Amino acid sequence: MSGGGPDRTLVDAGTIEEIALGATVLGTGGGGDPHVGKLVARQAIEEHGPVELLDPADLDDDAFVVPTAQMGAPTVSVEKLPGGDEAVAALERVEAAVGREADATMPIECGGINSTFPFAVAARRGLPVVDADGMGRAFPELHHETFNVYGVDGTPAAVADERGDTCLLETGDNERLEWLARGITVRMGGVAYVSDYPMSGREVRETAIHGTMSLAREIGAAVRAADGDVTGAIREATAGSSYGAAETLFEGKIVDVERRTRRGFVVGHVDVAGLGPDEGRTMTVEFQNENLGARVRDAAGTGPETGTDAVGTDSGAGTDAVGTDPGTGTDADDWEWLATVPDLLTVLDRETGDPIPTERLRYGARVRVLGIPTPEIMRTDAALDVWGPRTFGLDTDFVPVTDPGAGAGPEPGSGPGPGGERA
Amino acid sequence: MNDTPTDRTLRLGIDVGGTNTDAVVLDADDEPLAKTKTPTTEDITTGILNALDDVLEASGTTPGEISYVMLGTTHATNAIAERRGLNEVGVLRIGAPATESIRPLLEWPDDLAAAIGDNWAILDGGHEFDGRELNALDEAQVREHVREFLEAGVDAFAVTSVFSPVREDHEERVAEIVREEARAAGLGDADGDPLPISLSNEIGSVGLLERENATTMNAALTSVAAEAATAFVEAMDERGVEAALYFGQNDGTLMSVDYALEYPIFTVASGPSNSVRGAAYLSDVENGIVVDVGGTTTDVGAVTDGFPRESSVAVEIGEVKTNFRMPDLISIAVGGGSIVRPAGADGGEGVEAAGEDGGAARAAVDDATDDADAAEAADVADELAVPAVAVGPESVGYRLTEEARCFGGETTTATDVEVAAGAVDVGPVVPEIDDATIAGARATIRERVERAVDRMKTSAADVPVVVVGGGSILVPEDLAGASEVYTPDHYEVANAVGVAIAQVSGEVDRIYSLDEQSRDEAMADARRQATENAVAAGADPDTVEVVDVEEVPLSYLPGNAVRIKLKTAGELER
Repeated sequence: MSGGGPDRTLVDAGTIEEIALGATVLGTGGGGDPHVGKLVARQAIEEHGPVELLDPADLDDDAFVVPTAQMGAPTVSVEKLPGGDEAVAALERVEAAVGREADATMPIECGGINSTFPFAVAARRGLPVVDADGMGRAFPELHHETFNVYGVDGTPAAVADERGDTCLLETGDNERLEWLARGITVRMGGVAYVSDYPMSGREVRETAIHGTMSLAREIGAAVRAADGDVTGAIREATAGSSYGAAETLFEGKIVDVERRTRRGFVVGHVDVAGLGPDEGRTMTVEFQNENLGARVRDAAGTGPETGTDAVGTDSGAGTDAVGTDPGTGTDADDWEWLATVPDLLTVLDRETGDPIPTERLRYGARVRVLGIPTPEIMRTDAALDVWGPRTFGLDTDFVPVTDPGAGAGPEPGSGPGPGGERA
Repeated sequence: MNDTPTDRTLRLGIDVGGTNTDAVVLDADDEPLAKTKTPTTEDITTGILNALDDVLEASGTTPGEISYVMLGTTHATNAIAERRGLNEVGVLRIGAPATESIRPLLEWPDDLAAAIGDNWAILDGGHEFDGRELNALDEAQVREHVREFLEAGVDAFAVTSVFSPVREDHEERVAEIVREEARAAGLGDADGDPLPISLSNEIGSVGLLERENATTMNAALTSVAAEAATAFVEAMDERGVEAALYFGQNDGTLMSVDYALEYPIFTVASGPSNSVRGAAYLSDVENGIVVDVGGTTTDVGAVTDGFPRESSVAVEIGEVKTNFRMPDLISIAVGGGSIVRPAGADGGEGVEAAGEDGGAARAAVDDATDDADAAEAADVADELAVPAVAVGPESVGYRLTEEARCFGGETTTATDVEVAAGAVDVGPVVPEIDDATIAGARATIRERVERAVDRMKTSAADVPVVVVGGGSILVPEDLAGASEVYTPDHYEVANAVGVAIAQVSGEVDRIYSLDEQSRDEAMADARRQATENAVAAGADPDTVEVVDVEEVPLSYLPGNAVRIKLKTAGELER
């Protein structure tokens, strides 16, 4: 799949499928359905040819990189499909404002629909895509970016729609960028295309999360090739990356799902009654579009006698609590946080291994809750100020997924898996 | 035709399945008078005639006493699966300059796209989520493409406009233009449509690609539907049945033959809906879980207020994603003909081997829930301390009467296990099967059914479970998660009963802006439209009731957009 030069990595329609699949794992339950983004990229690549994926290390310091993305309501994005020129128009508006042609585009998000969207822009404009992004997962808003965390100005930014209308935004504050762009998006019909955080090559290298497109692709390829053991495949794909190895945090059956709409977001939690190794324990996963945090306690859930669920073991068997505030908000103090944002929490179907988006979580599903540790750049104090658990209303400090490889890790073969070479 | 006194009103329900054609005659109180199970025939009509003759004879009724005939059929499903008899379709999408980045049919398997001619165009027009115009409809452009497609020889048109579930004007106008151009081209006559035109707002809900796919398939199926309808009508004529004829549809309600001719896509998957309805009726359970055990698979569905619960996920037909109405269903590879493999010694090997090919023979409607058979059987065996025994996914299917040991064959099936256990008397032979294998096979089946039942439940509380279908004996009476397990009278023909007692329904699924109207006004509008749809489908206006309402506020949009899904149903006009 590698193209002309030794360092050129080309992304074709098949690779897009893999990236989209991996993006459902990295989307941590949200990020929008990658289906539309995948098809847009697939058609653009069929029409214009494959796209070069560029290692951020290979960017010139003064290269000009302009990210592109779709924003808006998922309901609208599956109905009013993109015309195809919108994000290109947004990118060109930013080029005009800066007075310089882009050398590359890149995603601002590696989970969900926006992981594949920039490949369509790149195919149309003949640009490479930088193998990196600014969220390292999916998050709901435009200021949830390492670019923002580490001081990159989000503007000049442009928002465009399918009519060819564009708006140029200049603000000194990336949260205002989010707020204004969100309003324009509504006027543009609920979905719009944005180009923001124009950066130098050096800024990309210093502030972006590197290698996330390759990671998505490797996860996707591994999941596709996995013969039954999807979790093992994801663990192997992540172990060789800047993320830590994925770990199964919990296995069980969904016994309750609660959702409500707050400030335009879908907020809620899902309760999982333990099965197998987690029998007798209960996990609650909090979500706001994406999964935010997971905590457990050593007591059976509310769900009574269904088949394999053993009832009882009421006594908290005295597991040590991790050194954080005990989870309040729910009844008892015996809850222990296992992982929170920004680390990745993905709920998989226990049998098929398919990632389950938050909107499809429902009672009775047998699931496996997977945690993936994030790279350091996403966990600094500055980063946690932007997307730590407290910014989403969770009453806890950041609780990382423990990387089993770091301890007594029975983690052989942690080198790059079958899809070892870069995508 | 309607001179039969109402007190003599008999209903005939016929279900044409892959293996059997079932029929049942119901009296004026909807009590079964006679029932039959006959083999489905290649030409379908013969099977229908055989079933008809059987039940008429058994019930001692004459064709003249039958006032209503309801047919459930897999005709349309098979046509898509086999790419047979499909129309060439002109696919018109109205939404440019939006939507051009994903062309119509992009995701279709090449042979299916080729089978319908691969004619498509994306034209100016469409609306926004709030009903504003996205772009003006360019009538000259529409005309030009319609002419081009007519010259290319298309048999039908499928028209999909952006946000047509909110505003259908552009689709309606395009349909008028198609009619004008088709007549100008010498097709049809002044009355009625000169050729079939399928409009997406009448077929699917928000989600352009899935709705367009369903609409396109509908347009492709109208000839097949006409063929099925003709076979049905002719079979009835041949026996002198002068009744009103209906087709069962996938939401468990009926549509008139005329409606089925226009919306054949709605007959897809009517079988499972009919069994859910039939089971609910026969058992008087309005809310619960229905387990329909066939020869090869078992369908587990949910009944809510007497109707099948619908799936919330996109449903694939012929490998194409669609979003139209389908019952929420789990198919597991367990049936009366499922092959039982007694495991060797302590279970390991035999079970592994059985699992190897487990993925290949997956049930048709399954969303991949029946896999990992081997591991599962082993798990169950561990837990219950019985030997691991694999059941399915392979089945002898309709060859049960030749291949099963109870019929003198060589293959051990799930039915043989029950015969050996003395639970049921089927066939001339009582096979010898050791107790451990019986216990192991039963444990495997129990675990799989219990798991499927549990997945279909919406809460942890125990619910009533109704077991129907020819293989009902396989399901134990003390299922975990069940408050009670019912096996009602006439369970084996629940499908045919379901289609015979079905009501007619109407539905609406669209986005309302509550800036322009109150919530009550929006609801009233939805109710009025759904009622109109039900009456158009044949319901007696006086009996139409709302049976389902779903209201979903839309995220990332101003607070006032709400999606309302509303369904009404009523008795057939008598």
